[in-house]
Amino acid sequence: MTEFKRIQTPLTDGAVLTLRAGDNLLISGSIYTGRDAAHKRLVDLITAGAELPFDINGQIIYYVGPSPARPGRVIGSAGPTTSGRMDAYSPLLLKHGLKGMIGKGSRSQQVRDAMVEHKGVYMAATGGAAALLTRSIKSMELVAYEDLGPEAIRVLRVEDFPVVVVNDVLGNDLYETGMKQYQRQS
Amino acid sequence: MRQINSRKITEAVVKLCQDANFDLAHDVTQAYQAAMDSEESPTGKEVMRQIIENAEIAHSERVPSCQDTGVAVFFVEIGQDVQVTGGSLRTAIEDGVRQGYLEGYLRKSMCDPFTRKNTTTNLPAVIHFDIIPGENFRIAIAPKGGGSENMSTVCMMKPSDGRDGVIRQIVDWVKKSGSNPCPPIVVGVGIGGNFETCAILAKKSLLRPIGQRHADPEIAHLEIEILSKINDLGIGPMGLGGRNTALDVHIEYMPCHIASLPIGINIQCHACRHKETVL
Repeated sequence: MTEFKRIQTPLTDGAVLTLRAGDNLLISGSIYTGRDAAHKRLVDLITAGAELPFDINGQIIYYVGPSPARPGRVIGSAGPTTSGRMDAYSPLLLKHGLKGMIGKGSRSQQVRDAMVEHKGVYMAATGGAAALLTRSIKSMELVAYEDLGPEAIRVLRVEDFPVVVVNDVLGNDLYETGMKQYQRQS
Repeated sequence: MRQINSRKITEAVVKLCQDANFDLAHDVTQAYQAAMDSEESPTGKEVMRQIIENAEIAHSERVPSCQDTGVAVFFVEIGQDVQVTGGSLRTAIEDGVRQGYLEGYLRKSMCDPFTRKNTTTNLPAVIHFDIIPGENFRIAIAPKGGGSENMSTVCMMKPSDGRDGVIRQIVDWVKKSGSNPCPPIVVGVGIGGNFETCAILAKKSLLRPIGQRHADPEIAHLEIEILSKINDLGIGPMGLGGRNTALDVHIEYMPCHIASLPIGINIQCHACRHKETVL
């Protein structure tokens, strides 16, 4: 069986420093949703010197655009989207206190460098396992940008949300090391 | 002349949209199980366990297995002796998409390319029509997510690249795509035809059940050879390292221009969604 480490949000520098690429984590606490359009707005606010719609210090952003919730449900299916589309925005958010990002797929060298410099971590949730991941989401509240529909910023209260650490503060990348470990010459 | 009422088509499309997103086909779940059993990486095994449990939840609770319920892509074969009554065939299919996505609580993912404003109906659908002899009407849906579609390509290769060049191109492309398209993937390949045909062949090949080989033994052999090379890349489930990078490789093949060697590579994520019905 896979061994999981439990972590609580918000994340402190101390907590981030203990995380290593390859660690299986179960996250509990609050995490924020945001993808392409919301990221652009956050970065525009920072660039203009304006205040963000939530305190980003120590927080985790989950790259997700959920399907609509059925009546009586907290949220629809909510799996990760491809993180690379957020690469242009992430370094600035890390500089301003963001500690964690959850998505799927590899990050640019600039984002990886920013994680080392500002003590941040990138985690992968299982893409396409949206119905399963939804079970760890206990509540959802709108934070900002309702006009963006599934791309609005929402805060999710999660319990034991399963992720794997891909990039850590030492500059490790599980996508690279994992692939090397299992490749064969053919 | 056989008549089919457009309302019947709309009803069938509503069901196809929802069933495809809630219920993964048996060939797909069987391939998941085989990948979990054979996976050497503990993390890869855990990913496959989650993917299998996810498919079971989606099926039993009638919820989308993935939040990206995709572009609604259809392949329609209509017999030339069939007449659609009560409205246009295209409108009947579009009405089914609108209703199916709304009532099934499926995500509407279509938007304007520049303003990014959502059309809110998941329309337009992408519909490929094929006129066939007879009175049959067959409609297949393959909802396609953005993550894997973004990792697809058309390459106009040189005839001198040949078989080896084509193999190299496909394997290198999968390597470059890495973790992005949600492996273990199904690789749909169209070889031959022209620019647009090789892409359509690649997409159409994804409708074939996983594990079913091309009828031509030489193409079947090529599929197996490429699959083995892709799994030797070590990308693994969700790109976290492992021995299962692709569940299958499907090739469709046809003649091309004497100056050309077009290939289309359509990458399909592990949620290989396809459903069809005959009216």
